Amino acid sequence: MDFPTIIQILDSAVRLMTPLLLACLAGLYSERAGVFDIGLEGKMLMAAFTAASVAYATGSAWLGLCAGIAGSLALSLIHGMSSITFRGNQLISGVAINFLASGLTVLLGQKIFGLGGRTPSLEGAARFNEITLPFADALRPVPVIGPIYADLISGHSVLVYLAFAFVPLTWWVLYRTRFGLRLRAVGENPASVDTAGVSVTRLRYAAVGICGVLCGIAGAYLATGISAGFVKEMSAGRGYIALAALIFAKWRPWSALFATFLFGLLEALANRYPNLDLGIITVPSMFMSALPYILTVIILAGFVGRAIPPRAGGEPYVKER
Amino acid sequence: MERMPKWADVVLTPLISLVLAFAISAVVILAIGESPVEALKVMVEGALFSSYGWGFTLYYTTNFIFTGLAVMVAYHAGLFNIGGEGQAAMGGLGVALMLLFVPWPHWALALPGAMIGAAAFGALWALIPAWLQAKRGSHIVITTIMFNFIAAALLNYVLVNLLRPVGKMDPATANFPEPTHLPSISDLLLSLGIEWGKNTPVNVTFFIALAACLLVWLLIWRTRLGYEIRAFGKSEPGAVYAGISPTRITVIAMLISGGLAGLMAINNVMGEAERLVLNSVEGAGFIGIAVALMGRNHPFGVLLAAFLFGFLYQGGGELALWTSIPRELIVVIQALVILFTGALDNMVRMPLERLFMALRRKKEA
Repeated sequence: MDFPTIIQILDSAVRLMTPLLLACLAGLYSERAGVFDIGLEGKMLMAAFTAASVAYATGSAWLGLCAGIAGSLALSLIHGMSSITFRGNQLISGVAINFLASGLTVLLGQKIFGLGGRTPSLEGAARFNEITLPFADALRPVPVIGPIYADLISGHSVLVYLAFAFVPLTWWVLYRTRFGLRLRAVGENPASVDTAGVSVTRLRYAAVGICGVLCGIAGAYLATGISAGFVKEMSAGRGYIALAALIFAKWRPWSALFATFLFGLLEALANRYPNLDLGIITVPSMFMSALPYILTVIILAGFVGRAIPPRAGGEPYVKER
Repeated sequence: MERMPKWADVVLTPLISLVLAFAISAVVILAIGESPVEALKVMVEGALFSSYGWGFTLYYTTNFIFTGLAVMVAYHAGLFNIGGEGQAAMGGLGVALMLLFVPWPHWALALPGAMIGAAAFGALWALIPAWLQAKRGSHIVITTIMFNFIAAALLNYVLVNLLRPVGKMDPATANFPEPTHLPSISDLLLSLGIEWGKNTPVNVTFFIALAACLLVWLLIWRTRLGYEIRAFGKSEPGAVYAGISPTRITVIAMLISGGLAGLMAINNVMGEAERLVLNSVEGAGFIGIAVALMGRNHPFGVLLAAFLFGFLYQGGGELALWTSIPRELIVVIQALVILFTGALDNMVRMPLERLFMALRRKKEA
């Protein structure tokens, strides 16, 4: 494996980790506030569809992004209603949302475009195109640093940089703001937050809303960034991998960055080397694609550093006793 | 004090939830410019107006009974098993291994053998998440989701690299030997001189599914183990105080649940496809969630709900064939049923409770 190949694989890993990172941070807000969300997958899928449709109709990727966020938020609202207002089972609600997105996107796609659930291909301004950072071409001849800057760091769509910027932002919000403190408290001990006179309901809705916005960006990136249009079931389990990454990262923003990078790298490697030859044994691509899930099970079981979820996660808050 | 009479709790609430789910489905159909009445007509005609339709409806019903019962048993123990999909897929592997490598002389002997293989593989796939939940405290919902994906990858590997016959391209096993083919119900009836459901996949597994309903009912409400499972599901501290071991109940309930999900493979792998293909389960494991929720976690309810989904599935196929409504409508209906009967249960329940309380107060006054 030579240097340019490594750069290429890393570059592909960065592209593939972006939706995972956004969805993972989305789940982080929701679950830190005590609302489990296994509907990340569905929200991403819905966002991908609405983003691609509106981007196609208007020719603007930015309007597409707004539509993606709106589509995802609509499902967030359902999740909020069932798990916060009506104190239903959050897991069941998540399952329902995933199916809802999976069915509705095809149903509406077929109705609007008649292409069997796809949207027409997007081109030009309807997609988030790659942006070249300043001096990328000038620096390219410089050894080592040149290719890293020009080929790895530069040349992604704006959403990739946005996703990376969300990591320190999330850290700051969670650990350095009053809102973040309350958000974390509501996931650990909602009664204490309530006693302090802060609305548990409002905080949790805010968290679920932020989760919807981030999933919306993730979906928009899938349909208008990494590919050119919506395809049936295009989220392809990424929401679940993001969930796995969230556990892997133990519900912390910086760790989420590393976890999603690891899973993105695994996917990039599996794409490039369908059968990875390690000399003694050949690792089949299926193993590589299952590795994120296997790692999550191992981490969750606490064999390698225990992952403890927010204490009030999954439980609806009942005010009166 | 009871807030609502029992009939309102068991019948009225789920019924209203269902009506809401179907009403919104009708709105969805209207939104894509089709007529809900017309769609319902096509579905009923396609699924119930011919023995051909019934043959398929009952075939799907059989699948959903198994996966519905699987979710139900785990639910009584307070465990949410989303892993039915993976467990049923692994059950398929168990069936395939049993039928390909044991020379069965007759299907009546092969059937129990395949059932053992299916249940064992399904149960094994549920055992690891169960053990991890009981001993290591890892959340069973997350582990079973992960195990669905791991099962898919594992089966992909096994079918492509190990069980695929030499010279074949598609990732599937060889056809099972002739003597292991299960008789379809249409064959059975034909031998009695009745012509019914020609070329439909419903087979003797349907009767096994009915028996499974009865057995699960006996297990949950008429045995000591069933009592322990229910007690544990209602209150873990209470169960521990009564001397019930959480580890034991978690593991046993999940073994039964996984075994039931695995048994579905008798129907689709042994009975219908007669070989193991990639993605043989086709989402039936997930439909089990909707079936169990709609059936109020009672075997009789599961039977009815499985039949409803069998009808929806077959009717949905007909819709895709005769109208411009895609099959995915069924996925939307499934989602709405799960949402309203599962997650938004309180939306219907709370106002109803208030209504009944008000009625009672009026009567007392």
